Amino acid sequence: MMKPNALLSVRNLSIDFHLRTHVLHAVRDVTFDLKRGKTMALVGESGSGKSVTARGLMRIIDKPGRMTGGQILLDGPDGPVDVAQFKEGSREVLGIRGGRIGLIFQEPMSSLSPVHTIGSQIVEAVRLHKRVSKKEARVRCIELLRQVEIPQPELMTDRYTFEFSGGMRQRAMIAMALACDPEVLIADEPTTALDVTTQAEILDLIKRLQDERGMAMLLITHDMGIVAEVADEVAVMRFGKIVEQGPVDDIFHASRHPYTRQLLDATVKLESGAAGRALPASLAPTVAPVLSIRNLTKIYGAPSRMFSRGSGRGLVAVDDANLDLFPGENLGIVGESGSGKTTLGRMILRIVEPTSGSVTYRADEAASPVDVTTLGKADLRRYHQDVRLIFQDPFASLNPRMTVKQIIGDPLVISKAMSGRAVEARVAELLGKVGLDPLAMERYPHAFSGGQRQRIGIARALALNPKVIVADEATSALDVSIRSQILDLLLDIQKQLHLSFVFISHDISVVRYFCDRVAVMHRGKVVEVGDAESIRTNPSQPYTKRLISSVPNPDPRNKRMLHRLRADQV
Amino acid sequence: MLAYVAKRVLYMIPTLFGMSLIAFMIIQLPPGDYLTSLLSTMADGGQNLDEATIARLRTQYGLDQPVHVQYFVWIGGILTRGDFGYSFEWNQPVSTLIWDRMGSTLLISLASLLMVWAISLPIGIYSAVRRHSFGDHAFTLLGFIGLAVPNFIMALTLMYASYRFLGQSVGGIFSPAFVDAPWSLAKLTDMLSHMWIPVIVIAMSGTAAMIRILRANLSDELSKPYVITARAKGLPEHKVILKYPVRIALNPFVSSIGWVLPDLVSGVTITAIVLNLPTAGPLLLRALVGQDMYLAGSFILLMGVLTLVGMLISDILLAVLDPRIRFN
Repeated sequence: MMKPNALLSVRNLSIDFHLRTHVLHAVRDVTFDLKRGKTMALVGESGSGKSVTARGLMRIIDKPGRMTGGQILLDGPDGPVDVAQFKEGSREVLGIRGGRIGLIFQEPMSSLSPVHTIGSQIVEAVRLHKRVSKKEARVRCIELLRQVEIPQPELMTDRYTFEFSGGMRQRAMIAMALACDPEVLIADEPTTALDVTTQAEILDLIKRLQDERGMAMLLITHDMGIVAEVADEVAVMRFGKIVEQGPVDDIFHASRHPYTRQLLDATVKLESGAAGRALPASLAPTVAPVLSIRNLTKIYGAPSRMFSRGSGRGLVAVDDANLDLFPGENLGIVGESGSGKTTLGRMILRIVEPTSGSVTYRADEAASPVDVTTLGKADLRRYHQDVRLIFQDPFASLNPRMTVKQIIGDPLVISKAMSGRAVEARVAELLGKVGLDPLAMERYPHAFSGGQRQRIGIARALALNPKVIVADEATSALDVSIRSQILDLLLDIQKQLHLSFVFISHDISVVRYFCDRVAVMHRGKVVEVGDAESIRTNPSQPYTKRLISSVPNPDPRNKRMLHRLRADQV
Repeated sequence: MLAYVAKRVLYMIPTLFGMSLIAFMIIQLPPGDYLTSLLSTMADGGQNLDEATIARLRTQYGLDQPVHVQYFVWIGGILTRGDFGYSFEWNQPVSTLIWDRMGSTLLISLASLLMVWAISLPIGIYSAVRRHSFGDHAFTLLGFIGLAVPNFIMALTLMYASYRFLGQSVGGIFSPAFVDAPWSLAKLTDMLSHMWIPVIVIAMSGTAAMIRILRANLSDELSKPYVITARAKGLPEHKVILKYPVRIALNPFVSSIGWVLPDLVSGVTITAIVLNLPTAGPLLLRALVGQDMYLAGSFILLMGVLTLVGMLISDILLAVLDPRIRFN
């Protein structure tokens, strides 16, 4: 009844969550096969039931979830066994968890215990499934760490997780998942929280280990680029159902379901750059920039003994940055985590005080330039009306105890620009502008989805008719399809209001789509500035080349990462 | 690690100095001194002392000296000879008095602390893991009762119950027959039969608070990704919970030593008076009322030292338990 080379067959799996008011069918009638040595990608947006499905395979379902039907057939020497038949927590299930199915998942920062050494956590995994002494397990652990390319594994095994970087932790996590040579590896968004270059390395590593061991892999991701780079087969999931599955090439080049195409279009659209967007005329050399950043430097921790790292002169977050922002322009700042891009953005607003250098602001052509770094309190407040910020996290950046009207109207009230009825009218107008129903202004943020909340955040930034908006990772927390909607909304608003954007992001495809010019930051320095198209197609700096070549390409016929430049090659 | 401990101990020195100053100032604050309060007591009883005797006593006790001289005499004695001064009221060296009381105080405190842990740990874990179950609600109710009932009421109730239904002699930590008897098995048994009332009373509110803290902390930890990692390894559920989230939720338990120690020593004065326990609390109260300055000052100082020692112990334990603290 099972196909010969299917290692794990899922048949009609259904998982329900019994919530207080209703039953949520998180997974409905899901059927797929995992084959030895092959990768199946499970794709979908947040809330589509991907992770629940994956954990269901290991019988790890959080309360109040319950498996209500279906089979999970795992092939073995004595024929297939149905994992769904066993009781949760039974010996059979415990033997399969970690022994035959390994799991790695998204949060490299919190998926390992902070109070146990890396080694002890891996040794534990080894000894759960293999009858070996502590000494042998330790040898095995060091060998595993070496396989996942952690340098000096003998030393690192006795270290704690917080002494590891994000990428290193994910490697350690992989080592643990592979400790007992599982036949199936479930990778649940394994690289979502990592930088592109680290992501490419981790995906390489997983792919290599999979080939060496002939494991079947279930890769869960929302990133179609990653799917194209590593998957053999794809299943697209939506509202708990698999809407389409097939070989990766078919999905990308001959997809039948409209939702699949919608997902692909959103990704490919970001790939291609904002079509038909002419560079603003203001980029001509005669026009004075609205913001000029000169020699801007931020050193955290004065040169004292306690905080010094390396050079003994504090941590240099931003090092001598020079940038211009022209009226009507979108300037992107890309870089990996820790490259100083957020600090730079905050210094523009003077939320973070620069150590040295200047930020010059010119409200319009006629106005005389002001040096932001020396502004007094009252002037700074006026400056903040012109230059505003959009945050990354749509959940944390809105006060849950304020209504939407209060949130959006707050800048108006604080600046004493309006009061009473006028505020209400203005909020309604702004909500209309960002594509939300003005009637929703009495509701609280929790009633909105992530994308809608980000729209509220944008409306708040627009309330005072700003000239410049600093958007710090404004779309990072959103699903791909919503991401492109938000970007289009921003472009649309820009056209109407003649805004300039400083768009900070680690996501190069987003920056490429949205920005006219791009500045690349690396270790606090601006290494390259150029127009978006040439940075993409013809980067001049080695670091930029490495960065660009690490971005997954959403086309399985043209895999980019395999040919990417590595740190040791540049 | 050793450097960490050394640093902590070093930081204690200025704190101790400040504490001794404050302790001494507190006992100087009320108007008058031991002699004025002695005289008023004697006057109440119809006795009078002549001026010359009062002046002689004042010189003898050193009360005619300026405050700072008195302080240095006192602190100097403690530092050089371990001499905490002389209790006017008891006509005994303060140190003898204190050490007498400290033994029983520490005994009861430690027993209570152990009981707090022994009860709250399993209940806290149960409540967090089976949140909103019948058992959780039942323990929550009990916990709030424990928090709400004043200690001395509980003490009176238990004393009554133990006298009425168990026929035990109550109050103190020994039956009258054993107070001056040498240590023997019988004396130990007698002590244990007395100890349970104060231990239960003193531990009660602490236990209730600790259950709530552990339940809240553990509930947060249970949904962390590393718990799923542990499950995905194939670890049985009870080991998953005990080894990972409980270990991290234990931090407040250990921190509690810091405040539980001084609290147990001084905070249960009323209970100790009700139960007639020979602990430090009642003695301190009497010393303060009678302006027996060296006794009171030494007690306050000692309490401060205990707080510091408690903090030190809990800090060291925290560092042992949580490497993140050790490495900062």
